[in-house]
Amino acid sequence: MSADWPILTTLIWFPIIGGLLVLFSGERAPGVTRWLALAVAVLTFLLSLPLWTGFDATTAAMQFEEKVPWITSFNIHYHLGVDGISMPLILLTTFITILVVIAGWKVIQYKPNQYFAAFLIMEGVMVGVFAALDAMLFYVFWELMLIPMFIIIGVWGGPNRVYATIKFFLYTFLGSVLMLVALIYLYNKSGSMEILDYHSLKLGMTEQILIFLAFLAAFAVKVPMWPVHTWLPDAHVEAPTGGSVILAAIMLKIGGYGFLRFSLPITPDASHQLDWLIIAMSLIAVVYIGFVALVQQDMKKLIAYSSIAHMGFVTLGFFILFAIMANPQAHGGSVLGMQGGMVQMVSHGFISAALFLCVGVLYDRLHSRQIADYGGVVNVMPWFALFMVFFAMANAGLPGTSGFVGEFMVILAAFRADFWYAFLAATTLIIGAAYTLWMVKRVVFGPVGSDKVAQLTDIDGREALVLGSLAVAVLLLGVWPEPLVKVMDASITHLVQHVANSKL
Amino acid sequence: MEYSASLLPLMPEIFLLGAACAILVIDLFLSRETRVYTLGLSLAALVGTVVMIYATAGSDQVLFNGAFVRDAMGDAFKAAMLAVTFFAFIYARHYLVQRGAFRGEYFVLALLGLLGMMIMVSAGGFLSIYLGLELLALTLYALVAFDRGNPQGTEAAMKYFVLGAIASGLLLYGISMIYGATGYFSFAGIAEAVASGQADQKVLVFGLVFVVIGVAFKFGAVPFHMWAPDVYEGAPMPVVAFLGSAPKIAALAMAIRILHDGLGGLGAGWQGWEGMLVILAVLSLLLGNLVALVQTSVKRLLAYSTIAHVGFILLGILAGEGAGYTAAMFYAVTYALTAVGAFGLLTVLSGKGMEARELHDLKGLNQRNPWLAGLMLMFMLSMAGVPGFVGFFAKLYVIQALLDAGQLGLAVFAVVMSVVGAYYYLKVLKHVYFDKPITQAPIQGGMDAQLAVSVNGLALIYYGWLPGALLAFCQAAMGLKT
Repeated sequence: MSADWPILTTLIWFPIIGGLLVLFSGERAPGVTRWLALAVAVLTFLLSLPLWTGFDATTAAMQFEEKVPWITSFNIHYHLGVDGISMPLILLTTFITILVVIAGWKVIQYKPNQYFAAFLIMEGVMVGVFAALDAMLFYVFWELMLIPMFIIIGVWGGPNRVYATIKFFLYTFLGSVLMLVALIYLYNKSGSMEILDYHSLKLGMTEQILIFLAFLAAFAVKVPMWPVHTWLPDAHVEAPTGGSVILAAIMLKIGGYGFLRFSLPITPDASHQLDWLIIAMSLIAVVYIGFVALVQQDMKKLIAYSSIAHMGFVTLGFFILFAIMANPQAHGGSVLGMQGGMVQMVSHGFISAALFLCVGVLYDRLHSRQIADYGGVVNVMPWFALFMVFFAMANAGLPGTSGFVGEFMVILAAFRADFWYAFLAATTLIIGAAYTLWMVKRVVFGPVGSDKVAQLTDIDGREALVLGSLAVAVLLLGVWPEPLVKVMDASITHLVQHVANSKL
Repeated sequence: MEYSASLLPLMPEIFLLGAACAILVIDLFLSRETRVYTLGLSLAALVGTVVMIYATAGSDQVLFNGAFVRDAMGDAFKAAMLAVTFFAFIYARHYLVQRGAFRGEYFVLALLGLLGMMIMVSAGGFLSIYLGLELLALTLYALVAFDRGNPQGTEAAMKYFVLGAIASGLLLYGISMIYGATGYFSFAGIAEAVASGQADQKVLVFGLVFVVIGVAFKFGAVPFHMWAPDVYEGAPMPVVAFLGSAPKIAALAMAIRILHDGLGGLGAGWQGWEGMLVILAVLSLLLGNLVALVQTSVKRLLAYSTIAHVGFILLGILAGEGAGYTAAMFYAVTYALTAVGAFGLLTVLSGKGMEARELHDLKGLNQRNPWLAGLMLMFMLSMAGVPGFVGFFAKLYVIQALLDAGQLGLAVFAVVMSVVGAYYYLKVLKHVYFDKPITQAPIQGGMDAQLAVSVNGLALIYYGWLPGALLAFCQAAMGLKT
């Protein structure tokens, strides 16, 4: 493959065109549809690998750049590029999509062509979000992402799906239109739509605060942060397994990514001024939402709340740096929190995907997500129990799994800022262990709960392949996070230095 | 501008009038089976008129003592209206045939209405604007009542007629006031009189209020919107496709001619017309979106949504010359394209003896016909302003122009209202995608209409990704206004 191969364009449009092919393959031959979808997903993943192998980790500059004028009268460009922050997230997207396609293999009987097409199109769009360097291109992909998800939840979802999907759409839409106003304001101010130009644009304090709040409206909903998280449990519970996986593994990350690409570098002073707000919201998410998760009766809801708590860690890690820099006793370490947040994002992408897939395995068999309907699953599904317990441990942050690395780094960074931040954040290790393991205890262990549970069959090769590959990823990232940290090191260091300089 | 002694700049209008008369005569000799030629000739007339427009395009010219203006803006508006009407005609055939109403008068009336709009667009003074407006209005009244057997249609036509007559009266009253204050009918003369400061400001503003009411009625802006939902609901579907699309473009042209060319010098803010426009725009956005939320009829829902879109167009006018007018025109053109498609799709879905007028008629469309469901998705999301469809760029340009003009408050209000609007478009999609069909009857819409509505839907995606050409078209049209 030559060096000037437009790899990012391929990664965006190949799955979209493939998805359209899948869509138009019709409903008469579902077998062909499935294999075609799988082929597109696998090929996209293979095509995304050169991003990793060809990536230069020593520079913070954008790589694999492509820039073509798009709408000249508004100075909008089709400008793509990745740095150490977005590249791992693109790989996460292409990887998870394969698993989603395999996971929907047998379960989806109603219009499989539309189902798989929606996921493939969404894959391309999500890669577009991570790769876009033009604010308008970013916004187009950002909103476009809602459409397939709206359809997925609404068509293949549970009984309350209409409420959930419309709530999901409107929540996100409201946040993002405010971001749109902010982006247009920046365009009017600078005459450019380049995100990187905004990074160096001088802005007054009032402007910064308003822009920061507009961005916050968009990203906080997406992450989601307390108190705008209420769409997530609904959406997760009603979505089909694949939808939950994409939501938790990738869509939530896009909110976190937005903080790194927009909020922090464009409005550093407002971020500094308002970091207490983000830290408070994050800590509330970590502690309060953790307790909320504890009392859930529905497995998917529990994992959804656990996602909110874990994403609280991410935002805490991103915004802790101002407190660290302000603390005279801390020696460096402002990079650590942000890196921890990034590792946590990738790790949570694997773990939450795996847990939702586990619930999906159970749901496909018993058509119930209630914890009370299960019990003693280990007796009839030993292999499944192995995976479920493993991922639960990872979710609780067991050392050796990827869940530990990110949380540990963030807590370490929080210590350098303020003991109490770290103390509150660390309670998650206890609460997280409590809600995850208690769920596992009630579902997996104990005597066989009912006749229905007794008739369960263990996972087949297809399911084992999906869960197994995620288990490998979780373990690998848990014991050897070095490559990931190294890849994003230059970009994050650059970002922290940039944020430390006032724009006023 | 130069005064022209020849009638050459008037050729498009003359051609269209001649074509309409010829079609009326030819239609007399056609039987039921061969009546499709009437449609063919009408479409040819539309194409021919566009050709005429571009063949005779040139420098700006003024005819008939300033009553008629031929300029780039007018040409662009006319071409857009003709294109939209082209779609509306194709949608009509199968629907009318099914109802035994496939008569030549339908197309002749619509062509004459189009002629009225073209005169409005090119009007250089109040007299010609009024002539065009009445020609349009009278043909629309007749078209709304075209399905004579349908009492709802007759009722809608009556309401439209009575309210339209009142609005015309108000407009005439305003015109007489302005004529009294300035002594001119032509906009150029009025602008001169306003600029000189000789005209009595009180009388001028008094007249202006009534003129703005006339414009607002044509737009269907709140609080002069009452006719819209009833007319949309009662009129035959293809008529709604026509009257819900092209006349909005004409109304925008009329607004720009009167408010900018004629009374632009009145002064900004509350002395001039901007204050009134703010009220109209804000109320339209608010009421249109909120009332649309609770509609159970698709036609009424889209009628209220039109009112909300008019609010956006008015915001574009408010944002001022140049970027604002361009944004308003882009919005009006793309809205017309979307609206004609949405109603065209509903026309396709209306079978013999059933109208796709209620939301529950759309239930389970995705199971009955996934492609048409996909088209509905495109139309609804484009109206909601989701990126990937042209409606997004329309909203984007208006908001950009507003922010450029320093109207942050209005911009935020507009985007928040568009979130409210998204809810009812999603509600339509909910019926299309998430509900089970109540009937499995095959969809009978003609192939020609299905093909046209597909082209129409794909055009929204095309311009949603490559809006550059359309934007340049609007910018060129507004070239003089920058």
